[in-house]
Amino acid sequence: MADTAVHDDTHAAHDDHAAHHTSTGLSNNKLAMWMFLGSECLLFGGLISTYMLYRGRHSANLGPDQVWDIPFTSASSFVLLMSSLTMVLAVSSAHRKDDRNTKVWLSVTALLGALFVAGQVYEFTTFYREGLGFTTSLFSSSFYTLTGFHGVHVTVGIIMLMSLSGMISRNKVPGDKAETVELFGLYWHFVDVVWILIFTLVYLIPA
Amino acid sequence: MSSATDTHSEHDTESHGLSDLGYIKIAIFLAVITAVEVVFSYTQEQLGAAFLPGLLILMGVKFFMVLLYFMHLKFDSKLFSLMFYIGMGLAVGCYAVFLATMHFFHS
Amino acid sequence: MAIIERPSDTVALAPSGAPAVATPDTSYGVFRRPVHTTGWKSWLFTIDHKKLGIMYGVTAMVFFIIGGVEALLIRLQLAGPNGTVLNADQYNQMFTMHATTMVFLFVMPMAAAFANYMVPLQIGARDVAFPRINAFGYWAYLFGGLLLNSSWFLGGAADGGWFMYAPNSSVVFSPTNGVDFWGLGLQITGIASLTGAINLIVTVINMRAPGMSLMKMPIFTWMVMVVQFLLLFAMPVITVALFMLMFQRSFDATFFSVEAGADPLLWQHLFWIFGHPEVYIIVLPSFGIVSEILPVFSKKPLFGYPLVVFSGAAIGLVGWGVWAHHMFASGLGPISVAVFSVATMAIAIPTGVKIVNWTLTMWGGKIAFTVPMLYAVGVIVQFTIGGLSGVTHSVAPSDTQQTDTYYIVAHFHYVIFGGAVLGLFAGLYYWWPKMFGKMLNERLGKWNFWLTIVGMNLTFGPMHVIGLQGQPRRMYVWTENRAGEGFFNIGFWNLMATIGSFVLTLGVLVFLINIYVSHRKGTEKAPLDPWDARSLEWITANPPKEHNFDRLPTVGHLDEFFHRKYEDRGEGERHDYHQVATAEEILAAEEASADKHIHLPSPSYWPILLAFSLPIMGYGVIYNLYLLAGGALLALVSMYGWGMEPHTAPSDDYDPPKGTELEVAAHG
Repeated sequence: MADTAVHDDTHAAHDDHAAHHTSTGLSNNKLAMWMFLGSECLLFGGLISTYMLYRGRHSANLGPDQVWDIPFTSASSFVLLMSSLTMVLAVSSAHRKDDRNTKVWLSVTALLGALFVAGQVYEFTTFYREGLGFTTSLFSSSFYTLTGFHGVHVTVGIIMLMSLSGMISRNKVPGDKAETVELFGLYWHFVDVVWILIFTLVYLIPA
Repeated sequence: MSSATDTHSEHDTESHGLSDLGYIKIAIFLAVITAVEVVFSYTQEQLGAAFLPGLLILMGVKFFMVLLYFMHLKFDSKLFSLMFYIGMGLAVGCYAVFLATMHFFHS
Repeated sequence: MAIIERPSDTVALAPSGAPAVATPDTSYGVFRRPVHTTGWKSWLFTIDHKKLGIMYGVTAMVFFIIGGVEALLIRLQLAGPNGTVLNADQYNQMFTMHATTMVFLFVMPMAAAFANYMVPLQIGARDVAFPRINAFGYWAYLFGGLLLNSSWFLGGAADGGWFMYAPNSSVVFSPTNGVDFWGLGLQITGIASLTGAINLIVTVINMRAPGMSLMKMPIFTWMVMVVQFLLLFAMPVITVALFMLMFQRSFDATFFSVEAGADPLLWQHLFWIFGHPEVYIIVLPSFGIVSEILPVFSKKPLFGYPLVVFSGAAIGLVGWGVWAHHMFASGLGPISVAVFSVATMAIAIPTGVKIVNWTLTMWGGKIAFTVPMLYAVGVIVQFTIGGLSGVTHSVAPSDTQQTDTYYIVAHFHYVIFGGAVLGLFAGLYYWWPKMFGKMLNERLGKWNFWLTIVGMNLTFGPMHVIGLQGQPRRMYVWTENRAGEGFFNIGFWNLMATIGSFVLTLGVLVFLINIYVSHRKGTEKAPLDPWDARSLEWITANPPKEHNFDRLPTVGHLDEFFHRKYEDRGEGERHDYHQVATAEEILAAEEASADKHIHLPSPSYWPILLAFSLPIMGYGVIYNLYLLAGGALLALVSMYGWGMEPHTAPSDDYDPPKGTELEVAAHG
């Protein structure tokens, strides 16, 4: 709708009588996002713990120490880490009201995310060819579930970033644009933070 | 609805953390730590007892760097930190106790 | 888009004027936004927290009746030796679904009903922070509950007990789709709880009226907030467990396959890390309700308000460190058992603090034994019994003896029925005039109360005896030759319990009759302030207007409404309260200085559509993966629709020009 911009500009005027000020002065959306992320800690915590419990329960030749390809995973971890940088640059462009750069950085972030997911697909395929199916062992079930959940989170993030970038192009972001970018950024960084844990706990520490 | 209406008009970089250059520096730092981690994983035998704590510390540094700087937790309201750290604390606490009762830390 | 209350002389001053609705000419979505304020569409697409609260309540009541019928069938089966009402398989389904329905589809949503309805009113807000998410939560709960119960007609319901221990929940031991429905149904209601939790916490933190500091909040709101924090952090744990169960059953994962080396305790830990906070999720809202009611009918402020707040928060926190007391018999090892045993004993302290505070609130008060008060006192007495048998469980050696006997069943029914359900009924009687503008009949209410109390003690009291005599829970028959003799004959006590359950049923029936009687044509409208209440929700009309408050109240005291009615003319420490205003005068004053522009969020199609995609995906997991994809597509479309719908209505929605149909609606 064309009047989004109008709406944004007249925002302050409405606030005077809308009594929408929050008690703490903090944004509802941001508070909600942080609570959601706090909640997600217990989700990924459960998955990581299950993996930890089961990582040694597999047949002799299909355990973590046999299938890991550390150089490859390191590279894809690096890609995801760099996507956090591009995300933060998108947020900082958004706060400067620089739509063009915001879109560029959001797209680059989505691209890096997609690269990471592609790497994960490749990794899963390789493991599967080596004989490590989802149902092969306790190790494989818990590994695929943990990294799969993370992969789904990344994928959802990519879809959100691309949608947001499109909505910025058409000027269709309802509410505060910079804050929306920031919220998506929080989600994205959280997914990255989870991978920081997974990379070390799952891949680098031998079972 | 009302949610979005309260955000503040002054979105200067100061209240929102570092400059772009600062973020790039942090990203480089994180990349270096990741490299050190990978080196760690290839030199487990030389490192001996320092291996596991070393890796965990490096992981923690990365974790909090992203949390505090990229996610602005260092510059934002303490309430946001509280929400996240309660969840994180409960997760670490409960699951550590769970793994302990399963004798995970004995091996 | 925005519902607009035209503030001038006409609408805002009309005692129950229906607010006018502005229809936007354009919208981001494909559809125009729904704008109905009456008829079924106004309920289907509503995002009004009050309507949603009522919908939660009605739905929960229906599930309460379903769960109650299941309970009656269980009791009929056990009334005499060698029962033939149910076979073993049906019996397994019955107790599983009874527990699941009562916990997830009755007690939690009924508490959510009060939380939704009362929290914005108690903190002086016009709605919750995210009204559309609120609507989504309700629909997800309803659809999740329906999915769960549809299993009865699709091959049989879940039969593994409400905690669904692995590996008993695997396909080998439970070949019907019942457990799949159970897992997916709980997954969906869990999403409802999680979104509701985030919504209510943000509401309480951010939407309070000017002057309402955290320590001036009504105690019910406090307890609701503690509960929402528990939900926020407990729900993801059960989510993980349910996903594993789903992968195990539908996609042959190995998490609980003992033959592959799985550890059965994994499920137990995950379930109870969620399950113990869940216990407090069930009971704390009722504690809040009781803490609201006791001061009102004792004509005294709540004794030690800060202590009640902090003990509630302490219960919430310590509740995270005691889960393994459900697993004392599973061979955890002496150190774990000792640690969890001590932690469990410790949780009796904050609970005891509450009991003491409630008793001291009544001490020396001018007590009026109305029905809500009777129920509140009932909670104190009955919950204390359940609490004490709980302390006997915290002692691990004694617990090992009692595990999986009827003694446990007795304990948790005293806690859940005596604590949570009685408290919810107290709330129903107390807030009924606020929600519906009619008083529930007091005489029928007393019948309701006494039948309930006698019924519950007759039902659950004997279970202590039969449990200590060794009758296992979940065994579908007992035989005469093992029933024992004399006072301890379990046959006698089983019959007693069954009779008790029918007395209890009678009590619930009286409640339903009471609703009918109280709402017949010609019954009087409830007075504005029937109980001489104390907290902010009573500043509004009965029932509250769509926008709740004509003017957002400025709060100066805990018990704000009381302090507006009464003035303290005592000196120093001595209080001497004199009434200076009636509720009617206070409401009139609020109406006279109504806010000029009131913006309410608009109804939306997306919450119900998004929620509807969840059961489709659920059936998809069980029957057909294409259906899963279809559900996911609907979810995606709904999310886009939702995301592009503006948070606040565009400026041309405000103050429509005179002479439009809106103007007509405003006057009509």
